[in-house]
Amino acid sequence: MQIALGSLDIARWQFGITTVYHFLFVPLTISLSAMTAALQTAWVRTGKDKYLQATKFWGKLFLINIAMGVVTGIVQEFQFGMNWSAYSRFVGDIFGAPLAFEALIAFFFESTFIGLWIFGWDKLPKKIHLGCIWMVSLGTVLSAYFILAANSWMQHPVGYHYNPKTKRAELDDFLAVLTQNTALAQFFHTMSAAFLTGAAFMIGICAYHLARKKHIAVMRSSLRMALVVAVVAGALTAISGDTLGKVMFKQQPMKMAAAEALWDGQKGAPFSIFAVGDVNKGHNEVAVEVPNLLSFLATDDFGSYVGGINDVNKAEQQKFGPGDYRPNIPVAYWGFRWMIGFGVISIGVGAAGLWLTRRRFWLAPEHRTGEDEVPHLMLTRGLRINEGLSRWYWRIALLTMVFPLLANSWGWIFTETGRQPWVVYGVLRTKDAVSPGVSAGEVLTSVIVFTALYAVLAVIEVRLLVKYVKAGPPELTDDDRRSPTRIGGDREDADRPMAFSY
Amino acid sequence: MHLHDVWFVLIAVLWTGYFFLEGFDFGVGILTKLLARDRAERRVLINTIGPVWDGNEVWLLTAGGATFAAFPEWYATLFSGFYLPLLVILVCLIVRGVAFEYRAKRPDERWQRNWEHAIFWTSLVPAVLWGVAFANIARGVKIDAAKDYVGSVWDLFNGYALLGGLVTLTLFTFHGAVFVSLKTVGPIRERARALASVAGVVAAVAAAAFLIWTQAHSGDTWSLVALIVAVAALAAAVGANLAGREGWAFACSGITIAAAVAMLFLSLFPDVMPSSLNSDWSLTVTNASATPYTLRIMTWCAGIATPLVLLYQGWTYWVFRKRIGTQHIAESLH
Repeated sequence: MQIALGSLDIARWQFGITTVYHFLFVPLTISLSAMTAALQTAWVRTGKDKYLQATKFWGKLFLINIAMGVVTGIVQEFQFGMNWSAYSRFVGDIFGAPLAFEALIAFFFESTFIGLWIFGWDKLPKKIHLGCIWMVSLGTVLSAYFILAANSWMQHPVGYHYNPKTKRAELDDFLAVLTQNTALAQFFHTMSAAFLTGAAFMIGICAYHLARKKHIAVMRSSLRMALVVAVVAGALTAISGDTLGKVMFKQQPMKMAAAEALWDGQKGAPFSIFAVGDVNKGHNEVAVEVPNLLSFLATDDFGSYVGGINDVNKAEQQKFGPGDYRPNIPVAYWGFRWMIGFGVISIGVGAAGLWLTRRRFWLAPEHRTGEDEVPHLMLTRGLRINEGLSRWYWRIALLTMVFPLLANSWGWIFTETGRQPWVVYGVLRTKDAVSPGVSAGEVLTSVIVFTALYAVLAVIEVRLLVKYVKAGPPELTDDDRRSPTRIGGDREDADRPMAFSY
Repeated sequence: MHLHDVWFVLIAVLWTGYFFLEGFDFGVGILTKLLARDRAERRVLINTIGPVWDGNEVWLLTAGGATFAAFPEWYATLFSGFYLPLLVILVCLIVRGVAFEYRAKRPDERWQRNWEHAIFWTSLVPAVLWGVAFANIARGVKIDAAKDYVGSVWDLFNGYALLGGLVTLTLFTFHGAVFVSLKTVGPIRERARALASVAGVVAAVAAAAFLIWTQAHSGDTWSLVALIVAVAALAAAVGANLAGREGWAFACSGITIAAAVAMLFLSLFPDVMPSSLNSDWSLTVTNASATPYTLRIMTWCAGIATPLVLLYQGWTYWVFRKRIGTQHIAESLH
């Protein structure tokens, strides 16, 4: 029993570490592929050098990042079977299908077209080459959809029945799994957050160069695009977060009660700003609250009833038998706050930037700047922020790069730990999901190996990113501007060096 | 024919695709130490698979995902049972992917040498371990009544499995050398062919011994046919290579891999993972499979997506059809 418990905890730690790590790269991959594709589209349409430079610059950072996303994704495909074989047996009939779809449809798309894009500069005509990066982008979106549908089924199982003969969950309605509101809301929320993440990444790097008055033309155009994406994606993240929250209040009241440290259900429940509670006694010692707001967020009605941790726990005990159905409440409570907090700061920096660097017709003539000048940060039509404060804005913008990454990580930690003790909500407990045949020693070896490897790779990756960020966009040669007219490369180029080689 | 039989065949097809494609790119990784004489030649080798290795690896992810969906019990038993070897394979695939992508990202010699060592070892080790894993599946392992693997990790490294590992190692090296001779120009092409002749003979001896052992252990008429095809194709590949017919040699080494996978799967059927403790505890296409409903959905998906994948992945090979040599490798680094 001692050992079984040990391997369960270690397996959970491994899943947490490898998945949070993997998800640092995923949102960047999703958004940077699309934004690089947008910049390349601008180049194909206008022929302007700055867009090609931008494509090569962001494309390089995107590639450094996707390499990590791809390799850490392999672990995800295997670790269900390795550490969670009982889970795999129980849910495979349902959960396996979206995973197989993801591999067969999305992964092939991504991996094949990324190869074509990386090596295709001198092998493919301009527009076909552009098509390749859009295909990569489509692949990343499809991949997100299938895996989120699978995760949503764990949050809110639908379209299945339990077969007592085979002792497993069996699929009745695949379409329900793919289109249930949990899946749609999660997809909407995760996608918009992914674009906020990529936009903040871009804003930070543009700010770094603009503060130093370097690579201005490229950074100015990129900044503009990134600020717009940040504000739009940020607004959508907030809207979809609200939608997802409402869905969760219905489907997993315990998770949301824990997110708010709301111990006892009440009408007109308050939204908690800050709380210190005692989990054993089941109440808060200190609480700073906005009255009635939680009820409104949960149901659009300020006076509505919201269930508390203690009530939901009792209700679940009656439904599922004796036991503690509460997740780790401090983690859920603070995870929820970090997610929202870091997300909101990122949106704020984006919105401020969008306003401060707005286009010329909003500004007095003497404050307008040209394409290759650092934009003045303008508070009003004629009031310019002074040098010192401007420098502070660029610094904060640089820092904002990491905020959405933190928000994403906490969001997942919140939603996954908030579902505990269930791995499939209301159907399968996490403790019954672990591989019975795998020893604690084996899982421990595995978690140590992955953590050490991931730590080393993180150092290598970040240093490489910093190197390429600092180097800035490349100077273009005539070869860069020239695209082949024939698939496979032009004949007269047969003996020329490849435009890109490892 | 039941859908679970169809999926047994499709899983075999996915593994065949994986070993055919990643087989040569593991081979190329191994050859970076055996064949290349200098940095430029190592780069030529790596760039022969540069645009395609990632797409090749997806065949593994698809085989894994499809096994999860179509045979959840097989997926669960296999992946939890072969835990430590799989962990090693995962670590290798992670490092290998990063090595390809990051090697050229810094000009300094030490950085590049380190990643080149990584490419060699992380190609070699999985090439062996996949053979070990599949030999154990074919041979049968200690599976209990609850479908869990109860043997130790050392049970997996028996003589038969090690021979299986030697087969995949030598076969992939041969397949890779033939691929290099098909994709390069200049002296490296000649040396690749010379090396392929040696590797081909070693692979032929090892493969013949392994497949005959398999046939004696659990073969039937159909697996015998596959065995004969595998050995004949390998002989033909070695002959074609000697005759300088690189395209034919590659096609034949590919057929060898496909026939060898087919032989293993034919010797398994209707089991997917036999138990060496009690044949009643073996995982079979029926007791390990998903429901007919899930299999039907999967069949639709595979039926539509697989031809498309073959089409656009095939197109990639056509786009990058030109042979490369040291003259195509720019000195300036990215």
